[in-house]
Order: sequence, then C-alpha cells, then structure tokens
Amino acid sequence: MQLWERQSQEVLAKLSELGLDIYNQLKRGVFPKIEIPSRATSNIYFDEVLCQYVLGEQRIRRSAGNIKQIRSFTQLLWVAHFAKKLVQVQKSSTLRDLYYHSLNYGIRFRGQKESDETVTDLETVLHMPREAFNIFPKERSAIFGDLTIEYTIPETHRGRKVNLASNPDGVMIGLSVAHAEFIECNADKVIAIEKNAVFRRFIEERVYQKFNAILIDTAGQAPRLARLLIRRLNKELGLPVYILTDADPWGMHIAMVIIRGSANAAHLRELTTPDAKWLGVWATDIRRYNLPSFPLTKLDEERLKTLEVDPRYRDHFWQREIAEFRRQRRRAELEAFSAHGLTAIVDKYLPRKLRELAG
Amino acid sequence: MSREKFQAISPADFFYRNREIAGFDNPVRATYTVIRELVENSLDACELYQIPPDIRVRLTRVSENVYQIRVEDNGIGVPYEHIPSAFAQVLFGSKYTLRQSRGIFGLGGKMAILYGQITTNSPVRVMSSTGGFEKYFFELMINIQENKPIIRKREILPNNGRWHGTIVEFKFEGDYNRAKPKIIEYFRQTSIVLPYANITFIDPDGILYRFERVTDQMPPPPREVKPHPYGVDVETVKRMLNATKSNTLLDFLVNNFHRVGRAIALKFLKRAKLNPRLNPRSLMQKDIVALVKAMRHFKGFLPPDASHLSPIGESLFLKGIIREFKPEFVKVVCRKPSSYGGHPFIVEAAIAYGGEIPPPSSPGDVLVFRFANKIPLLYDLHNDVTMKVIRRIRWSRYKVDLGSTPIAFFVHICSTKVPYKTVGKEYIADQPEVEYEIEWALKTCARALRRYLSRKEKAVVAQKRFLVFEKYLPLIASFAADLAGREEPPDVNKLLRRVAPQYAVVGEAKPRSSS
Repeated sequence: MQLWERQSQEVLAKLSELGLDIYNQLKRGVFPKIEIPSRATSNIYFDEVLCQYVLGEQRIRRSAGNIKQIRSFTQLLWVAHFAKKLVQVQKSSTLRDLYYHSLNYGIRFRGQKESDETVTDLETVLHMPREAFNIFPKERSAIFGDLTIEYTIPETHRGRKVNLASNPDGVMIGLSVAHAEFIECNADKVIAIEKNAVFRRFIEERVYQKFNAILIDTAGQAPRLARLLIRRLNKELGLPVYILTDADPWGMHIAMVIIRGSANAAHLRELTTPDAKWLGVWATDIRRYNLPSFPLTKLDEERLKTLEVDPRYRDHFWQREIAEFRRQRRRAELEAFSAHGLTAIVDKYLPRKLRELAG
Repeated sequence: MSREKFQAISPADFFYRNREIAGFDNPVRATYTVIRELVENSLDACELYQIPPDIRVRLTRVSENVYQIRVEDNGIGVPYEHIPSAFAQVLFGSKYTLRQSRGIFGLGGKMAILYGQITTNSPVRVMSSTGGFEKYFFELMINIQENKPIIRKREILPNNGRWHGTIVEFKFEGDYNRAKPKIIEYFRQTSIVLPYANITFIDPDGILYRFERVTDQMPPPPREVKPHPYGVDVETVKRMLNATKSNTLLDFLVNNFHRVGRAIALKFLKRAKLNPRLNPRSLMQKDIVALVKAMRHFKGFLPPDASHLSPIGESLFLKGIIREFKPEFVKVVCRKPSSYGGHPFIVEAAIAYGGEIPPPSSPGDVLVFRFANKIPLLYDLHNDVTMKVIRRIRWSRYKVDLGSTPIAFFVHICSTKVPYKTVGKEYIADQPEVEYEIEWALKTCARALRRYLSRKEKAVVAQKRFLVFEKYLPLIASFAADLAGREEPPDVNKLLRRVAPQYAVVGEAKPRSSS
C-alpha cells in the first residue's frame, strides 16, 4: 500500500472513531464531550528521546453542553466532516479555502485565525498533521536534484514519473511531491537553503552535480511539507541533510525547526529530522571567513536570550554559537560571501564545511 | 393735601382687576384656562353624583382672535332658581364644605365667563336641567361693580328626553393656535386619570379628539367632613364658634372637628388647661388664638382619615395608563392616607415602561405626568416636588437610565387642600410629608420595575442561550452521524428540552401590574 493511501485510511479510521464516539454519546442522551490534549505552554515538554517538543498529559475537555464551548465543539466536528470529504474524494484544500467553505455551513468562524486554530485542534485530536487530511498552507518551498519520483496522488497523475532536475526553477514541494514514491536517486546528500536567491545560484553553479546533492529551498521557515520531504529523504534514502542559513538567530532557528521541530507542532510527530546538520553560516564563521556583517538588532538580541534557555539548544555546539553571537553582536547573510567573489560560497565555503561536518 | 380714597370693591371687580393670578394673563394662557375651568366644573357635576362623565367641548373661531366655547356635560344640572347666580355671580356656589373637589366651584368657571365678558362684551348662554320635565335656558351677563347677575333672556323648555346636564356657551378673546399643544395635552392627561369619562373635543379647525371611556367603574365620591384640629386657623375657628349650637367647649370640639371624640377632647382640654364646661361663645379673641395654638401643639389628635378623599384607585389608574400608552409594564402604588398640617392627602404613583412610551428625546427630558385632585398639572414641572424626588432617586439601582429608558412617571396627589406653591396652581410645594409619600410610592413602583426588568433580562439571556443550543446541537448530530457513517443523525430534542428556557421572553406579555 502506498504511503498516501495508508495515511488516508488511518485518517478515515480516526475520523470515524471520533464521529462514533460523539454519535454514541448523543444516543445515550448526554451532551457529547471530547478530550483534547492541551496545547497550553504549561503542557509542552521537550522529549529527550524524540529530541523534540511534545505535549504532556494535560487534557482539556470540550463539551457540547457548555454554552461557551458548543460553538467550537461544532466547528471542530465540521472541520472533521470537511476533512473526511477531502480525503474521500482525494481533493485538497487550503486553510483559506476552508475558512470560506465554512460560510456555506452556517459555521461561524470569527475569522481565519479561528478556523486555522480549529484545524490545529483536529490535528491534536487525530495526532496527525493537517496535510494528512489534505489541508495545506500556501506552498512556497521547492526542490531540485537528480531524484526520480513517481506520483501517487492525485488520481490524474498517479504512476507518472518525473525527475526533479528537469525543471531549472526547481519543483514546488506540494502534496504530490511530498508524498511521491522515490524511484531512483543519484544524489548522496540534501542541502536545504533558507533563501531562494542562493538556491537559484546553487542551481546555476551546478552545486547538485559538483556536490552530488539534492537542493531544497525552504523559503524561510520550512513549511511542513518541506519538513516532511526532508525527513523522508533522510529516513527512506538515508541521505545526510545539511542546512544553510543566514548567520543570525532567525537563520539558526530555521535549521533547528527542521532538526527538532517547532513548539507549535508539539502535538505532531514525524516531521523532524534529528540527524540533519546546520552547515552554516555559524556565528563563528563570520570571523573565520571574514564576512561583511551588521550589528544585531535589539530584536535579535531578545531572540538569542530566548533561544539560549530553549531545551532544543542545550547542546554544547548550539550554546557555543549563541554565546558567539552574543559576544560579537554581529550577523551576516548568505550573500555576504559575494564580497569574496560570486562563486566563493560554492568554491570555498561549501566544500570546506561539508568536509568538516562529514569528517 | 392729598386724600386717599378707600372703597370696597365687589369680588367680581376684584377678580377683574387681578385676572392674571387666575391664569388669564394673556390670550394663549386664557384659552387654555377657559377650557380647563369649564371642563373641571363639568367633571365635578358628574363625579360627585356618580355619573360617568360625558363631556363635549367645542371651540369655534368667530373672528381672528375671538372664539366661542361650548361645553356640554351630563352632570347633575343646576336647579332653575340657582342658574343666574351660579353662572354670573362670583363666589357663589355649593362647594364651601371641606371635601376634595377640583376647585372651589364658582371661582374658576365664573372667572372664565367674566373673562369672556370683558374681552368680547357678550353674554354667556346656559342651558341646564336636573332631569325633570323642563330644561332652562338663560342668557346672562355679570354686573361687575355689584357682582350681580343680569338676566337678558330666559326660557323654559320641555325636557322630553329627561336630559340632565349643563351646556355653557360664550365668546372670549384667545389664541388657539398657540394654546393648542397644552389643550390637547390637557385632554389627554385628563383621560389618563378618568378612564371612566368620555371626552370629546372639536377644535376650531374641525379636528375631532375623542377619548373613550374604557370602564364604567367609578371611584366612590368624596364625602364631606368637618375640619381637622391641626388644619384650622383662628379665622375659621371664629366662624365655627359663631355658628355653633353647642353650649360647652367639650361639645363644640366633639361636634365640629374631624376625628375628635369625647375622650380625646377631654384629654386635650385638660392639657390646654381649659374648662370643658365653658360656653364656647364666651371665648375672647385672645382665648381663640390660644385655643388654636394649643390644638396645633397637642399630639393626641388622631390623624385625619381619608374617607372624604377620592383617589383614582389602582385599577382605574392602571386602565387609564394602559389606554394611553399600552406599556409593556406598569405598576401603580396607592399609598395609605397621610396628612400635613391637618390636611389629609393620598399619593398615588405609577411607573410605566415600554410600549408606546417614547425613549427620552434629549438628556434631562423625563416624561412626568402630575395630577392634583385629578387635574393634570401642565406647567412648571421642574419646580414640582415630584421632579425633586425623581432627581434624588438613584435610578441605576432600579436598572433604569433616565437618559435612555422608555419610562413614564405618574404622580397623583389628592387632598382637601393641595399644597400648591403658587396661586397659579401648577406645581406642588415640597411639603416633607408629601415628598416622603411620593418618594416611597415611586420607589415601590421602581422596585417592581426592577424585578420585571431583571426577569426580562434573564429570559432574554435564557432564550439566547437556548437558540445557541438549538442551532448547534443538530449540526453536531449530523456531522457525528456523517463521520460515523450512520444514515440518521441521533435525536437531539431530548437534550434541547433540557436546556429550554424556564419561562418565555416576557417582552410581548400583556401589560400588568405586579404586586
């Protein structure tokens, strides 16, 4: 069975279980209740084994007999109902789309923020990411490399094969790409890049050939589908993953979320790639490679303080980098290498760092 | 050498010279006062004899500023021999005993006739019958200097329908256009306190205003009573002494005063160090002064009872208010009789809410209807004791916001002597006893209103709550059935019944007074 089908079956089974539970409560003549793990900050813990944030034991109870909860209770069921339809007909929808759709049902959301929140509730109830029930945010990440995939969804493209090096702009990482079967892979590593400009430069400079790598443009914080694909490349094909970001607290955190996940997704598993490595640009690289840099902003400093005590950053390596940022109080961008020539990042920096990390 | 000229003037002459104090100072006010005085007289002629009033008023324009007024009632009528004096001699009348009535008969009505005569030099025409076989027509004028009626015409006509009542008709100088709002308001408010009266008014423009009675039930007529010892002055006692047939002071007190029995009279005389066997006629001026003073200070007299007062009564007041405003809620409170300075009085108050009562149009605009002895008071609201009390009460306690709540206040005070502040008789002075009664009456109404409003609020909240369940539970059932793969959604009516409101929204409930 295909990955996608397996997931769809699981979603349908869980939705049916949820529905049956409420159906039976109603049959018994009681106001139905559901229990949802709490996503309050007090219930988010760092799991040492999984190396990611997870939810603790606290649960919140939502009851249809409570005047304050019946609306959100109904909204949750509607989203479940909507998800079931999507999965059954193998169609997908965006968060925005879902919000508009709700207007047809007399399910009043106060705004998209509320409907997004309800989707997250359903993720928590089902312990599955929304992508599993075909609801997506806007797609913006891309992949390029010598990897042949075979689509499993949608129906129209099932069985069709495509090589991800065929499009010089990269291929957008959508539902179909993220869930495709890997057929043939000639790369031996994955390089995820924070920004599109550098991703393009790497394609032009044939980094995929020179370093035998699959390139991924995360376009800032990696979307869940990109994180899912990165994880699959790492787990299913055994490819090491390297992440290239700006040398500032935000870039560093982009790498961290790919490696250890986000607090927002504490209710979800299997989106992280604990083996992935932050290739750079490190705080310590700024001096080492003599990169043009800017002073940290106040916001940057605040962010560093927060990250310093974040359990995901407890390792010596991360603490060292944070300390270095705070000492020199400067930041540098990936483009800074251009000060040493257009191809400096590819010719000098990349090979050296890869060698160091691999070694 | 100058010489002051002293001369006695007749009462008619006196009123002629002082007509502004009686409300005839300008054509606008005069138009209102003429109508009002005649209508009050007509109402008295009916009410004192338990006849449900049927009053027809017609005002016609004779020339630009001259009008003819015609008022017809179905009252007891005036006996033939009294007609000339009753309509053309000032200070003649039947109302000199102590009993609550609208005005001292003879003054107001005759002032109106007098005013008509001096402004248009035309006679008053009267038709009256007491219900016998004849009815009588008179055309009269007043000899102002001598205060005597001049009979210009007189006719005796057959009264085939055994009609009883009186028709008065005369011309006067007035200004209807500017007096119109007050006049209409006068009729409207009168109808509030007289739900048992039919009142018709046809104005000079031919517009008919009709206030139909909603009940035949009438309050019992007031009885005549003797004066109360707290409420008499030296002059009154002197007159009583002159007229008394009693031979001892004790008998005099018992026979002539309200609520004075032998025991109390003896107690009083002992305290006042007066001999009970004294011949009352032997009292000297200074003895009378001492007697009145002693009566004022003696604490042992029983308070005046109110049997001679004629309050509107809860049910009639209620009917009048409902007819006029169809309010969502109304509460009438009739206080027990009280007295100030020997004068008994009763305060009746009501608060009506919602219905056709408009919300205040501007801040500080409060809808207050004041009545004294069933006469609407239309002027000087802001000097009135009622307004003082309303301003003092903290309305927020009663869920009322005077700036926005559609609410109307009604205060009726009936007394043998209404404590008017001025001769104009348009507002009530702030006698502490009266103030206290008004305040309690209004607060009692307000408490009932608060109960009503909070019940209503609760019902609205409960209803809203129910609507939420009613909207979402079926959705939950259908989504759950769909997710579970069941055809039929489970029945949620049982659950809905459990959250159904205990009572319905009372917004559309019938007007009622809660107790």
